[in-house]
Amino acid sequence: MSAVPEEKKKSGWYRDLGKMFGAGQSSGRQLGILGALVVIIIFFQIATGGLTLDPTNLINLVNQNAYVLILAIGMVMVIIAGHIDLSVGSIAAFVGIMVATSMASWHFPPAVAILLGLALGAVIGAWQGMWVAYVGVPAFIVTLAGMLIFRGANQFFGNSTTVVVPQSFTFIGGGFIRDFGPNTNYSNGTLLLGLIVAIVIIVQEWRSRRTQTTMGSQKAPLWVSIVKLAILEALVVYATLLFAGGRLGTSFPISGIILGILVLAYSFVTRRTTFGRHIYAVGGNWRAAELSGVKIRRINFFVMMNMSILASVAGMIGVARAGASGPGDGVGWELDAIAAVFIGGAAVAGGIGTIVGSIVGGLVIAVLNNGLQLLGVTIDRVQIIKGLVLLIAVGIDVYSKKQGRPSLIGLMTRNRRASEAAAGLEAPAVEPAENSAEASSRPKSTTPN
Amino acid sequence: MQAEPTILEMRSITKEFPGVKALSNVSLTVSAGEIHSICGENGAGKSTLMKVLSGVYPFGTYDGTIVYQGEEVRFRDIRSSEAAGIVIIHQELALIPELSITENIFLGNEPRRGGVINWVEAKSRAIELLARVGLSDDPDTQIKNIGVGKQQLVEIAKALNKSVKLLILDEPTAALNSSDSQHLLDLILGLKGKGISSIMISHKLNEIEQISDSITILRDGKTIETLDVKSDGVDEDRIIRGMVGRNLESRFPDRTPNIGEIFFEVRNWTVQHPQVPERMVVKDSSFVVRRGEIVGFAGLMGAGRTELAMSIFGRSYGNFISGEVYKDGKEIKLRSVSEAIDNGLAYVSEDRKALGLNLLDLIKSSIVSSKLSKISRWDVVNDAKEFAIAEQYRKDLRIKTPSVERGVSTLSGGNQQKVVLAKWMFTDPDLLILDEPTRGIDVGAKYEIYGIIQRLAAEGKGVIVISSELPELLGISDRIYTIFEGAITSNIPAAEADPETVMKNMTSTKKKVAQR
Repeated sequence: MSAVPEEKKKSGWYRDLGKMFGAGQSSGRQLGILGALVVIIIFFQIATGGLTLDPTNLINLVNQNAYVLILAIGMVMVIIAGHIDLSVGSIAAFVGIMVATSMASWHFPPAVAILLGLALGAVIGAWQGMWVAYVGVPAFIVTLAGMLIFRGANQFFGNSTTVVVPQSFTFIGGGFIRDFGPNTNYSNGTLLLGLIVAIVIIVQEWRSRRTQTTMGSQKAPLWVSIVKLAILEALVVYATLLFAGGRLGTSFPISGIILGILVLAYSFVTRRTTFGRHIYAVGGNWRAAELSGVKIRRINFFVMMNMSILASVAGMIGVARAGASGPGDGVGWELDAIAAVFIGGAAVAGGIGTIVGSIVGGLVIAVLNNGLQLLGVTIDRVQIIKGLVLLIAVGIDVYSKKQGRPSLIGLMTRNRRASEAAAGLEAPAVEPAENSAEASSRPKSTTPN
Repeated sequence: MQAEPTILEMRSITKEFPGVKALSNVSLTVSAGEIHSICGENGAGKSTLMKVLSGVYPFGTYDGTIVYQGEEVRFRDIRSSEAAGIVIIHQELALIPELSITENIFLGNEPRRGGVINWVEAKSRAIELLARVGLSDDPDTQIKNIGVGKQQLVEIAKALNKSVKLLILDEPTAALNSSDSQHLLDLILGLKGKGISSIMISHKLNEIEQISDSITILRDGKTIETLDVKSDGVDEDRIIRGMVGRNLESRFPDRTPNIGEIFFEVRNWTVQHPQVPERMVVKDSSFVVRRGEIVGFAGLMGAGRTELAMSIFGRSYGNFISGEVYKDGKEIKLRSVSEAIDNGLAYVSEDRKALGLNLLDLIKSSIVSSKLSKISRWDVVNDAKEFAIAEQYRKDLRIKTPSVERGVSTLSGGNQQKVVLAKWMFTDPDLLILDEPTRGIDVGAKYEIYGIIQRLAAEGKGVIVISSELPELLGISDRIYTIFEGAITSNIPAAEADPETVMKNMTSTKKKVAQR
């Protein structure tokens, strides 16, 4: 082993399968959680006798969870950078009440109110970012304070009452794509959207294969791409028909479209831009990042600020969906978002995580919530189950990383090597301790001065 | 030598990891009361063998037998091997910085009376144990407040408390300066006099030669040979030959220096300690670097070499007090790391894992991470360029990996160091500051690193090499500055540099220094 420590050769098709959902170190984990999501959906579809994948239910599912998923986008960036944000629920509530008041009492038009909400989110974010990045107070403390401050501010400015928003504003939270064209028994807008998505997926795959060719990098065989495209396109067609085939006047919800656009934009930012690279660098090893010329304070500042802006978006969508803003808005949202991020494979110590993974993690919670409620399980028991799912998902992740294997899939394939594992804790040649952020011994003060 | 009774015999040990045979049929015999060294390149299987011995890899996960004090033993974990008197002291010390010396010595082994820790007894025993390792520090001192050298001694005191019969030391002197190292080696010799055997793993061959009774050489997970130091006439070259399996004609590649004009100059550099304002870590230091020149910085650990380098590199250390930096005759301001990079400086840290690399990152992303702007447009990174550049460096520097799309944590130390070098070469620096560039790297990889350094100099760049290993500095530098207590004490051209002169200047102040 004087040369390169070799990993055990995974059988080719498994390796290639892993490549379907993006290369990189976390592909195995994402695949695992995606598999879990599919299993959960199938389970509830059978258990509820087909109610889960019913158009009305799906539309509800998107509407009910869009804002938590939007929070998860910001939260995963915060967690990758090595911080946490507990204040997002309170910020969402505070922005919500201010936006609602601006329309109800000051008669702002909805568009101006939305701009006000975004600006408020940016100012609050700058405030928290300043404390985290430039003063050096740990984000846990800053945002714990923010959680109290903005919850209080919501009740102070709203007089602890509920403020109703005008009908036109509810579009962003409960609205649908307007229908047009001939009567097809389907929502034509949704069909068009589905078509666009289907085309974009094919173009993306083709482009990524082309860049891989020019790079001369290892690329998956053609059949993998074809199978991947076939699966994805089948899913898109199925989902499109489902969403388009609901009650008259419904279609794919506007909040879902906002979510989709944000997921695409932020995936691009985290994966492809220098800013995104720097977030991972700061979370992975901020001292090394600093000595590489990364302006770590600036990164920390913008990551925190961005979170608050997304919290304001989530808050406004939440208000729009409910039709009113009240003192109890956004309670517990931060915990749902954090749970989504960790189920989606992010590391507690930072440096690891993806937007898509967090969205899948959030969907796991969402489907679970929804399915259990359809089955008539009461909210108390739903909470218990959600807690256990979080614990088990991260537990499996940590355990399998200790074993040096990829997540759930690794667990499923371990029978072959069960005898080895039974003999005790074995260390693979590729020291996993360095890969697993939980076990990392690197100095861990995420707010340097 | 008299036939001493054998304390330990490891017979045909084989240990496999998925896909790799880390040890294959390795045997090791240690006589009672001897110091036995294990040599081998990184990845030869030294640490794995010690983990098998100490029960980190429990019985059943390896093949072969271990006979200790005449009986076959089957350790389940570290506790059971420690109970038998085998104590391993790891390269990374297992002390808790916030706890006191006493608390650390008795951690997990506290003297108790009815479930309550008897601190009075603990403290008096701690004083006793400290005396045995030659320390007179207050046992209430927190570990973080004593130096690495003393911490190492505390580790040994901790081992003595466990009535150790066989002490395993993994790179004990890697982080120590030469006087601390010497103290430690003397202590190990002293323990030998008291009947405690030691197994020592070290890259410092001179130390091995100095204190070992016998040496076992491992290569690629196999035992190559066991040498008796006294009767076999062992010297460093002999050990290296065993380790690399060939004669290393020279430990440094041949080179004809082509030295140009002075292009980089630091004047009267003074830096304050970040926490202790009255302490000047770097005092009024001035030096110059010429194009194509390799300049060595010699000094003991703590002399201020790293602090000098890091404070110049964008004020990454301490509080800047005074001093100027000139490049190509013009004064430049280096107030942040990015300014330093933009001005053509590069700094390769001595602590690769803590300061040099993000171990969670991929090889290709690490290589481009210091100058992403070079392969980005509108802040969007061009993945194809990233891959192509990483591939080029992989071939160029012979980074051993099947793919640059793997994580840097899968690489060995030497290859990680090549990634760090690639990362800084990618920034197109004019001046590279390399802080301990070969620390913890095996002989073969060192040779390659020297080759890279010389190539950079041949390209007309200035290179500063900071090193604790004097032979390395003498072998590679065109000129050596010595640093003592934060001040530059001499400037010695290669032709006049010999170990004695350099060492003398490293350990004493001198009034006037010619700068050029």
